[in-house]
Amino acid sequence: MSWLTNFVLPKIRAVVAKKEVPDNLWHKCPGCGQMLFHRELEANLHVCAACGHHLRLAPEKRLAMLFDDGKYTVIELPKTIVDPLKFRDRKRYADRLKEVQGAKSGARDAALVAHGTVGGVAAVVCAFDFGFMGGSMGIAVGEALLAAARLAVLQEAALIAVPSSGGARMQEGILSLMQMPRTTLAVEMVKEAGRPYLVILADPTTGGVSASFAMLGDVTLAEPGAVIGFAGARVIEETIREKLPEGFQRAEYLLEHGMVDLVVHRRDLKATLERILGLLCRKGPPALAAIAPPHTSERGWDRA
Amino acid sequence: MRHFLDFEQPLAELEGKIEELRHISDGGDLNIAEEVGRLEAKVEKFLRQTYAKLTPWQKVQIARHPDRPHGGDYLGRLIADFTPLAGDRTFAEDRAIIGGLGRFRGRSVVAIAHEKGADTKTRVRHNFGMARPEGYRKARRLMELADRFKLPVLTFVDTAGAYPGVDAEARGQAEAIARAIEACLDIHVPLIATVIGEGGSGGAIALAAGNVVLMLEHAIYSVISPEGCASILWRSGENARDAAEALRLTAQDLLRLNVIDAIVPEPLGGAHRAHEAAIAATGDAIEKALLSLLKLDGPSLRTARRTKFLQIGTRGI
Repeated sequence: MSWLTNFVLPKIRAVVAKKEVPDNLWHKCPGCGQMLFHRELEANLHVCAACGHHLRLAPEKRLAMLFDDGKYTVIELPKTIVDPLKFRDRKRYADRLKEVQGAKSGARDAALVAHGTVGGVAAVVCAFDFGFMGGSMGIAVGEALLAAARLAVLQEAALIAVPSSGGARMQEGILSLMQMPRTTLAVEMVKEAGRPYLVILADPTTGGVSASFAMLGDVTLAEPGAVIGFAGARVIEETIREKLPEGFQRAEYLLEHGMVDLVVHRRDLKATLERILGLLCRKGPPALAAIAPPHTSERGWDRA
Repeated sequence: MRHFLDFEQPLAELEGKIEELRHISDGGDLNIAEEVGRLEAKVEKFLRQTYAKLTPWQKVQIARHPDRPHGGDYLGRLIADFTPLAGDRTFAEDRAIIGGLGRFRGRSVVAIAHEKGADTKTRVRHNFGMARPEGYRKARRLMELADRFKLPVLTFVDTAGAYPGVDAEARGQAEAIARAIEACLDIHVPLIATVIGEGGSGGAIALAAGNVVLMLEHAIYSVISPEGCASILWRSGENARDAAEALRLTAQDLLRLNVIDAIVPEPLGGAHRAHEAAIAATGDAIEKALLSLLKLDGPSLRTARRTKFLQIGTRGI
């Protein structure tokens, strides 16, 4: 170490850094390559104005977009065991986890749960964060869905899941696989309580996440262009040794094959959700109240 | 031709010699009989030493051993009057998963098993035990049938995973697996799952969300294959050994993690060396589990299964 590296270099770096344009002002559209200005992107709900590509959405933005007036309450999620397998690949999983948590300031894992109202209907939303280790599902994420389900039952609210995940978290091994039955149970709780369970499949929804709670919705919506499927495209290509068909495993492909109910543009998502929830929960135009069924005791055969 | 794993090579030599000596005489020659006895003792010593300290990677190889008994072998030996029932009633019959009605030690049951096949022809016929959506939908149908007639369900898990193909995806592989898991959790009858070889990810759990999950001593059960894990996390399939260690996929580790309920001991040298004994031991373990589950009524069975899965994941290694 010399005076040059210890003192001069940091100074130079500091000066150079200041001159740099903040790199988050412009985003390159992964769909068409167009440079998009952050403010416009924000106003457009992170949909590319040029090609309509739906960019991945941070969970906070997702929640703000879905709840009425952007108002919601995030719930504290139960603390779960950290690194149960003492997993280590080229790096320790515990360190990897800390690193992501540090970069994400505040986020403990890949799912966020909040409650509020959607179109006036009480709702609990569990939104995934693809930026957190690919939105992968380990114990903490499974526990988040269970917490969301329990809250929905308690509040007599709808449960809305918004997965954006590559699948199970490998570093939690078999315990990640066990989140498939566990999240299936979460869905069952909500359904058995008579509450609606809606799914918005966001890009991507694959692996163990798609093969559990994500495919069990009462109603399943998908965002345009979202990759949805069980096996990864590369694995399939290696198995069958041929090119995959155009648009394979995209939301529109799933719609065509009868696997989702609707593919909805992000700008119409909230309105669609409100309409479906309103219809399912019979919360409709006030005129409906006028044609409620007559009181049973007034029926002739009741008196007889 | 017997198949020997790379770490079993000394075994191949010893057994080759025994075979040769036996060929020379029909046991009349006392010296040869003595030599055979000596070699057999060596074989046993080798097996005892090797199998007492198998590494996870060695277990992966044993679990996938081509001579290991497969699902069909278990059904053949454990289920009397087995009556296979075919088809998902929607699209096709998927022979990667076989299932049907039968009698297990005197009791009517529904038995469902992955079948990998034993030679090229049967492997292709059973698609190497990798099911398409139709396989999982058939499993679901059979579980619902069992529920309707209050029959216990016995499943035998042995698959590298669900089939990764365009057709499987087009017909909703993910949904089919999710629904099969749901069916496992919904039924009001005992569900006993046994991992007999490879418990490969979603394709395995689709049949394995049971009241009791048993696992053979050298079977493996994992969220991803060691090769797949290595290629993603180490960026090289070469590290499959390391991944096998890290994933904790052995029966012994899974018991510690509360993911399985009991280990079925295998005969010395693994199930592939003694089919009959391995299958009989599995039958005994299933019977024991079944007898205790039969004391519970339908709703309790369902609740117990759910509670069990909700409690998984609180204990680490």
